[in-house]
Amino acid sequence: MTRALDGEEVARRINEAHPGAASEWEGGDVWVEPEALPAVAAFLKETPDLDFAFLVSISAVDYVEYFELVYHLLSMRLNRNVTIKTRCYGRDEPSVPSVVGVWRGAELQEREVWDLMGVKFEGHPNMKRILLWEDFPGHPLRKDFLRSAH
Amino acid sequence: MDFGGLHRLFTDFLPAGWEWIAFAVAGFLLSFAVINVMIGLTAVYTWFERRALGRFQTRLGPNRWGPFGLFQPLADVLKLITKEDVIPAVADKIAFTLAPIVLLVPGFLVVAVLPVGAESFLGELNVGILFVIGVTGVSTLAIFMGAWGSRNKYAMFGALRAVAMLISYEVPMALALTGVVITAGSLALLDIVTEQAVPFALVQPLGFIIFVTAALAEMNRTPFDLVEGESELAGGYITEFSGMKFGIFQLAEFMAPIVMSALATVLFLAGTKGWAPVPGLVWFALKAFLVLFFLLWVRATWPRLRIDQVMAFAWKGLLPLALLNMFMVALQVQLLQDPTTGELTSGDLWRMAAFNWPLAIGSIVVAANVLGQRRISRRPAAPSPLANMTAEGD
Amino acid sequence: MTIQTEPITINLGPQHPSTHGVFRIRVTFDGEVVIDVEPVFGYLHRGTEKLAEERTYTQIVTLTDRLDYTSSMTNNLAYVRTVEKLGSIPVPERAMYMRVIASELQRIASHLVSTGFFLQELGVFVTLLMYCFRERERVLDLFEMLCGARVTVSYMRPGGVFQDAPEDFWPALDTFVRDMPGYIDDLEGLISDNEIVLARTRDIGVLTPELAIDSSASGPVLRGSSVQWDLRKAASYEVYDRVAFDVPIGSSGDSYDRYIVRIQEMRQSISIIQQCIDQIEPGPVRTEGPFFVRPPAGDAYSSVEAPRGELGFYIVSDGGISPYRCKIRSPSYINLTSLKDLVVGWKLADLVVIFGSVDVNMGEVDR
Repeated sequence: MTRALDGEEVARRINEAHPGAASEWEGGDVWVEPEALPAVAAFLKETPDLDFAFLVSISAVDYVEYFELVYHLLSMRLNRNVTIKTRCYGRDEPSVPSVVGVWRGAELQEREVWDLMGVKFEGHPNMKRILLWEDFPGHPLRKDFLRSAH
Repeated sequence: MDFGGLHRLFTDFLPAGWEWIAFAVAGFLLSFAVINVMIGLTAVYTWFERRALGRFQTRLGPNRWGPFGLFQPLADVLKLITKEDVIPAVADKIAFTLAPIVLLVPGFLVVAVLPVGAESFLGELNVGILFVIGVTGVSTLAIFMGAWGSRNKYAMFGALRAVAMLISYEVPMALALTGVVITAGSLALLDIVTEQAVPFALVQPLGFIIFVTAALAEMNRTPFDLVEGESELAGGYITEFSGMKFGIFQLAEFMAPIVMSALATVLFLAGTKGWAPVPGLVWFALKAFLVLFFLLWVRATWPRLRIDQVMAFAWKGLLPLALLNMFMVALQVQLLQDPTTGELTSGDLWRMAAFNWPLAIGSIVVAANVLGQRRISRRPAAPSPLANMTAEGD
Repeated sequence: MTIQTEPITINLGPQHPSTHGVFRIRVTFDGEVVIDVEPVFGYLHRGTEKLAEERTYTQIVTLTDRLDYTSSMTNNLAYVRTVEKLGSIPVPERAMYMRVIASELQRIASHLVSTGFFLQELGVFVTLLMYCFRERERVLDLFEMLCGARVTVSYMRPGGVFQDAPEDFWPALDTFVRDMPGYIDDLEGLISDNEIVLARTRDIGVLTPELAIDSSASGPVLRGSSVQWDLRKAASYEVYDRVAFDVPIGSSGDSYDRYIVRIQEMRQSISIIQQCIDQIEPGPVRTEGPFFVRPPAGDAYSSVEAPRGELGFYIVSDGGISPYRCKIRSPSYINLTSLKDLVVGWKLADLVVIFGSVDVNMGEVDR
């Protein structure tokens, strides 16, 4: 049965390898500083007894003061999962480093987050809109995106 | 009643010096008969194919127009005639307009020389087989004209594949036919029919199989219908044609199996021979129908091959078999024929059959294995160590 | 003297007989060999995630039907499980068995669709497609008995399923389970050892296990590459831990393996349904609760093994009657990540076959 790793344990291990990267934890979630994200991702993937080689999903949530990116990770060999979150403050041009170098599965998911939520990923090879057309004004999933009819 | 007979009939009525009228009238009547009969047969065949395919696919096929959908071809023709004939602005108008016609005409020409009944429509043609092979090659040109005239990338893809494939399959087809010519001792189609005391399909099974396979490829039918693979190119060389031009392409495409079946019947299944009192024409129709049904059956059942696999099959599979067939038949005829007259009795033909059947089966089995296409369908699968579903997570 | 050649770029789709819906690929060819693909999609984007923020939790069930429209039951299941996890809503046992039966029936129907279209792309005209759809009709008739709808079922609710099966469902299900293995044998007999099918699919579009995991592939695409990972066993949900079944895998990750994995999964589904029929007990099928479901504030992610892969929902709740954020992790969208690696180097005819074996559904890709 897949076991969700304890957030405190994971945060401790991350801070051992990259001090200061994990800022808070609660239950099974760990919050990570955005700049440290690629390093933490590589650490989680390559450490043999963590082995989070499978990126399940990248989600973005618009809590009006900040955008929160949620990374669900899975280790198939050890049958464990963990949730890494990161906060990105500011509404004009928010951006976060990309994890495409660590997990190729992030490629299309990060493009979707840019398209619908407006969070750019630095280092992504093809940062273009994917579901909407290039000239679409705005980012629909944001809370302040006006809909046409009420 | 063939062309010669019509010509003489009309000449008798005319004063001297006006024979050319008789020629023209006889020619016109003959063409009228051939074209209308063939188009009528093709229309009936389209109905038959659609209903038979429907039954293969556990569905009904056309059943709205007329009893059992018999007026469906009429509905199709009416629809196509009333559609707008769109010619792309950048198209090469001459090639574009002529392509359907060039595809259609060879079918009529071949039928005109086939011996249905005592003689063919056009009378005795002593180089019948040569004429048939030459004329069927013209359809390749038509496909390329259609694609070139359309100025369309999709069409060019289809046409290039088509030309490569058609040229490759002419060779085994012609070689299979040489076996027939050697056994019959003549190029004339009527002689070939008369010589078949035993049908050549029994005497040279390998030649028959090669001919039918190559004919499937020549007609761009499954499993060689990659030229117009709807699931790949959305139409291939036909993409830009609409209205009656498309209609003529379809007509030509559905006429080809009828022509090829008739040809196969003449060459391999002893044409109009059969047991009295049933007339020869009925036997001919029955045998042609059997070949036609087989072609349809293959279309309903098998998937299609890729172009490089098609080419490999032609050059590495059919060509050696066709050469083998030709040499073996030539050897047998040389040994068995009467030294003075060069004739083969039906007993000789049966002896040839007895030798050729094991040869055919053996050579096909050997070729299938030697071509190295034995793919193991079930390989044992070992789970990758990268994932372990039963790990307890600790 | 070298011949100068030029690569050409053509556009397959969005209207094309074999792109499984409105999907557009810009393919660059060198002769007939593919050297680059650029998928362009979003033609079916309906803003499901945004719409979900304005619907109540029960109304969203109808939105989820329309994601992967050939496997509505599993879409429903993934969503309601997430809501139940978020709101700690218990599910009665009979409901769990009904859900598993419905999911496995849906898996059979979905695999029939994908197999039928895969074979149609190989060029069999529509013969095998018609045979597959004939059997799928029987599954859809069973769904109509269960909930009144054939395709967009909306059968599940947070807390169970919305109604119990009628009396004549069980004999019909027994007949189906009895007849289906013979039918799958027929289908395999026609296709699995056919020389032409093997020539067109063996060793075509190979996906290595490392690349499959790195590209977050899931479902038959992942299992065809010999990675034995199935959420029904790895993270058992509902009553999957009480039934015994195998997880088939392929040996080399080519198109043929992905096709065979689906056929074998259909057989396993029939076995699961049979065991559920034997184990199910009478009882309630839905936990009664308030009219508006109001999960407490928080977030939850939960996923199921849909026919096309891992379908997950990440729902953030603010305590109200609608979710604050409803994110859909759709398997077809993520399986497309490795499309370029699968296809480059093969010919146009292979592109169509490989794309058919990956089996995407545009409702899911575009949401």
